[in-house]
Amino acid sequence: MDMKDNRLERRAAVARLLADREDMLVVAGLGSAIWDAEAAGETPLNFYMLGAMGSVASTALGLAVAQPKRRVLALTGDAELLMGIGSLATIGVRRPSNLAIVVLDNGRFGETGGQVSHTAEGTDLAGIAESCGIRHVHRVTDMQGIEGLREALHGGEGPIFAVITVDAHMPPVVMPIRDGLTVARRFREALLGHDALKV
Amino acid sequence: MQAAKAETPWREGLYDVLKEVGVRQVVYVPDAGHATLIKQCHDDPEMKTGYLTNEFEGVGVCAGAWLGGERAAMLMQSSGVGNIINALGLVRSCGIPFFTIVTMRGEWGEFNPWQLPMGQATPAVLEAAGVIVNRASVPEEVVEVVRASARLAFSSYAPVAALISQRVIGAKVFK
Repeated sequence: MDMKDNRLERRAAVARLLADREDMLVVAGLGSAIWDAEAAGETPLNFYMLGAMGSVASTALGLAVAQPKRRVLALTGDAELLMGIGSLATIGVRRPSNLAIVVLDNGRFGETGGQVSHTAEGTDLAGIAESCGIRHVHRVTDMQGIEGLREALHGGEGPIFAVITVDAHMPPVVMPIRDGLTVARRFREALLGHDALKV
Repeated sequence: MQAAKAETPWREGLYDVLKEVGVRQVVYVPDAGHATLIKQCHDDPEMKTGYLTNEFEGVGVCAGAWLGGERAAMLMQSSGVGNIINALGLVRSCGIPFFTIVTMRGEWGEFNPWQLPMGQATPAVLEAAGVIVNRASVPEEVVEVVRASARLAFSSYAPVAALISQRVIGAKVFK
């Protein structure tokens, strides 16, 4: 497809999406979504999942249910979501209004050599989300769409599901703290306060 | 259909344990052995209760709950244990408490041969993945085993499974 060169660049898209994010909580999944989130700015309110592929959406669900007054964003890739695709059915049942699932869809297994993935062959993640009862679905292909999604993330009713179609280019890795113990505890401290570390 | 095993107090006691240890979220893939507890959780407006398509999701939900300051529990049967293994990397790598109550199939008087491979492998598979396994083999010890498992999980940031033997629950009978 000669449209390819017109597709969004993932890092610019995520940087804009997370600009002035206030106290939004972000759960990001392996691998490139993590590098994109870290490149947008290190903060203890990012929880990174470098393994347990397929668990980003369900982890964000548990967090959103526990913290109904905070906006929770699950930021992940198409293959990561597909590995736990049943989570969308569960989220469609639970429907927490503070939860958003945003998928960076490059149609590739990006971290393993760029092999073609299901969405490149037609799997319609936004359609799956809609059929699971998630009513606020965005199909984003340009920066105008990013602006609309950004507004929805900050003020719109959820759960929100968005697919951002991005090009297959892989920007340089921006490695965050890899130690899960540290990432989890600084997240809890930032969200719940220092005394939460004593619980 | 469940065999006509007399109701014993442990079924009601488990709900009290969840409340006592401060569990606020419960997720499950149902089993007949959990039916009483599932109903009690749904009936409690303070217990945020939901079902899953796959036990795999439950590890994420429980971990997310803890990150958000709430304790969670997953209810499942042994046939679901195989589904959670890779997800356990989340709670193991991050030192997140994980507490699950597993009703056993494929052992005591099992009728369905398809239940045996996962049921028989359940304790070894969980332990190989780093989960602490406590088993209740008779009705009188179910509540204590579940209480100790929950306390261990939440106080020591550990993944802990409380197994309830099929002997306790009764074998499923098809007529």
